[in-house]
Amino acid sequence: MIILEYLLSAIALGMTFLYGSTGEIITEKTGHLNLGIPGIMCVGAASGCLALHHMIMANITNGFLLVLVGIIAAFIGSALMGLIYSFLAVTLHANQNVTGLALTTFGVGVMKFIIFGLRVGNDVPYLKALNAFRFPFASQDNALKYCGVMVFLAIIIALLTSWVLFGTKVGLNLRAVGENPATADAVGINVTAYKYFATCIGSGIAGLGGLCYVMDYAGSQEAYLSVEALGWLAIALVIFALWRPHISIFGSVVFGALFIAGAFIPTIIPLPFLQKMQTVPLLKMLPYVVTIIVLIVTSIRDKKENQPPAALGLPYFREER
Amino acid sequence: MKTQLALELHKVTKTFGSVVANKDVDLSLRKGEILALLGENGSGKTTLMNMIAGIYYPDEGEIRVNGEVAHIRSPKDAFEYGIGMIHQHFKLVDVFSASENIILGMKDSGRYKLSEVHKKVSEITELYGFHLDPKKKIHEMAVSEKQTVEIIKVLYRGADILILDEPTAVLAPQETERLFSVLRRMRDSGKSIIIITHKMNEVLSISDRVAVLRKGEHIATVNTAETNEGELTEMMIGKKVTLNIKRSDPQNVCDRLCVSNINSTNADGVKVLDNISFTARAGEILGIAGIAGSGQRELLESIAGLHHLDSGEIVYHDPKNGKEENLRDKNPLQIRDLGVRLSFVPEDRLGMGLVGNMDITDNMMLRSYGKGHSAFVDRKKPRDLAKRIIEDLEVVTPGVDTPVRRLSGGNVQKVLVGREISTAPTVLMAAYPVRGLDINSSYTIYNLLNKQKENGVSVIFVGEDLDVLIELCDRIIVMNSGKITGEVDGRLAKREEIGIMMTKDTSVSEDKNTEINKDTEEKDSE
Repeated sequence: MIILEYLLSAIALGMTFLYGSTGEIITEKTGHLNLGIPGIMCVGAASGCLALHHMIMANITNGFLLVLVGIIAAFIGSALMGLIYSFLAVTLHANQNVTGLALTTFGVGVMKFIIFGLRVGNDVPYLKALNAFRFPFASQDNALKYCGVMVFLAIIIALLTSWVLFGTKVGLNLRAVGENPATADAVGINVTAYKYFATCIGSGIAGLGGLCYVMDYAGSQEAYLSVEALGWLAIALVIFALWRPHISIFGSVVFGALFIAGAFIPTIIPLPFLQKMQTVPLLKMLPYVVTIIVLIVTSIRDKKENQPPAALGLPYFREER
Repeated sequence: MKTQLALELHKVTKTFGSVVANKDVDLSLRKGEILALLGENGSGKTTLMNMIAGIYYPDEGEIRVNGEVAHIRSPKDAFEYGIGMIHQHFKLVDVFSASENIILGMKDSGRYKLSEVHKKVSEITELYGFHLDPKKKIHEMAVSEKQTVEIIKVLYRGADILILDEPTAVLAPQETERLFSVLRRMRDSGKSIIIITHKMNEVLSISDRVAVLRKGEHIATVNTAETNEGELTEMMIGKKVTLNIKRSDPQNVCDRLCVSNINSTNADGVKVLDNISFTARAGEILGIAGIAGSGQRELLESIAGLHHLDSGEIVYHDPKNGKEENLRDKNPLQIRDLGVRLSFVPEDRLGMGLVGNMDITDNMMLRSYGKGHSAFVDRKKPRDLAKRIIEDLEVVTPGVDTPVRRLSGGNVQKVLVGREISTAPTVLMAAYPVRGLDINSSYTIYNLLNKQKENGVSVIFVGEDLDVLIELCDRIIVMNSGKITGEVDGRLAKREEIGIMMTKDTSVSEDKNTEINKDTEEKDSE
């Protein structure tokens, strides 16, 4: 029973990573390393909660409407962050790493400012929308309580993204932009438009991860404080998944399981050294260790298809062709 | 009956800054013919073709496609007019399959079904006699296969006019033959083809007509059947231009660098250096002539310890103690530690020679940072050196603290050459040191090289302008496809002679060369 609960928790938490990594994969496939994902996920959480706050205050209780508006608000809020990134990194050719890190710092600040202001006395109105996000027939103490609407949406988006990237012409063009923008330009693909499009859509999807964590998995008023840390793991997951969203579904569950290993492993495996409190941080390191191992393995195997997009991180100047 | 014209160029002119790349070029391409475009490096062939392919837009003049005036502003426009260009550097996505590359960016036929694309690609390959697996990934392909993908990419889009920019430069002889038979089939099915080349034998074997460009101007278009190698070479390299470079007679000449039988292959398995032997002497300027990419860069890099050799020896005669040192397979630092001084002016000035974002002083320090025993670097000496170079070579710069990338091309070159000369080299190698420079800056560089020669330095000069080579160098060796095809005395050399050595087909003439060698060997033994 504890193992089932562990698995369900892993899936539910993993979906937060899945949103982030799916969004980042779309962006990276056009050659842009967006290190702003943690900040963007924070903004996604904040804008979703802000919308829910206002709806609850206006006494709207329709569950479907709450979920829909929450998701749309989170998407738009984070897509706007993507727009800032695109303007700086695509149009102005600013350094991608610096731009991304600045957005993360900015996003965390914005989130703390917004969500901290959403208290009414001792009450946190947006948490009243929690039940709308939860699985309909799950009660509060059921293991299923973690697997809400956002979990299914994450898997659908990941599968859809995989299909678009690897099964459509738009995906082919998009990947060409990330591999060799000069080639894409020469055959008439609008490189700038694809970069803007991919970064904004990708950021929007990543932002849903923030909302997913706050409203679906954690469901508490302090939850928002951990979103940033999860964002970094989402970027690591991109490498783990070898830039493929469908592998990312599996990877996200692995990451979810590793991330909460500290809470479950000591109970499942009753070894004395695992019972000590000091081992919990060690267990929490596992996702990063696994990512490094994956990097080593793929580098040694050196298969071209498993490498990052060839033009990742490089600005594209048309004059150079 | 008038032959129908697929493409006409009328008084097309293109300038880049103050450099005129093409001036009043008139050119016509008939339907169903292969036109060869012949010219030296920098004669404006590629620029002209890029204007037809939509990469550049002409400053003046007009382009007509099928008799109608066409405004080609982008490669996409060119496709709409049925024009497709196969560039020298392939524009392909490495991790995609052939078919994926072929349909990349196409807007029509809404559905995405690779199996149908594979089928259509196979139809095209069968029609013209190509060999290609549409599912193969580009990074698994040989160069000739990549070229096939590029050609099919253009045909798939329904192009009637094909432009190939030096398609045979990357091909082995039998691959070239296969390409030519494909091109002939395409011509027979009504396509019009322009092929850029500077290999004379190819021009004569494939083309119906030849258009010759020299220094950006159209010299003539002649029927291939009515011309010959000599006439074309003369049209291509033109009459001698007198430059008046002061050339002193070599003094105290002695062997400094003996290169014997060096060989090297590149990553694609192509031989870039093929049995190269020569001697560079102190107090002499040795010129290396040849079409760009004939192995000059690899040769200089081998001497500087930057390029791996398969076999052969590079022996350096140290003037200080008279010892002989083998430079082969030593790294640049070891070469310097041995007391061997090679100063290398790479082709790509900012890429390999200088750091663009650093100022002149810091760039001087790139050579001297290891000197002295203090933990701190000595900035004073490099700064003095920078000031001296600015003064001596008349570098135009706001000051020694200006980042090098802000200087103009000529001044960047002066800084680089100045730094290399300041280390008092015994061998100075310079590759295209005047590329992109105006006349006055060029003469400053020539005079610097001459001065080094007078000081007893062995100067190796890789150039592209034959007039300069003939007026500046004491001896000239000619490189062609990684081989040395001849050595001439700079004072007696004729342009035509060098021109033929640069362009003749090396794979055919090899037997002749060995015969000649045999003759000389026999004479020597006598």
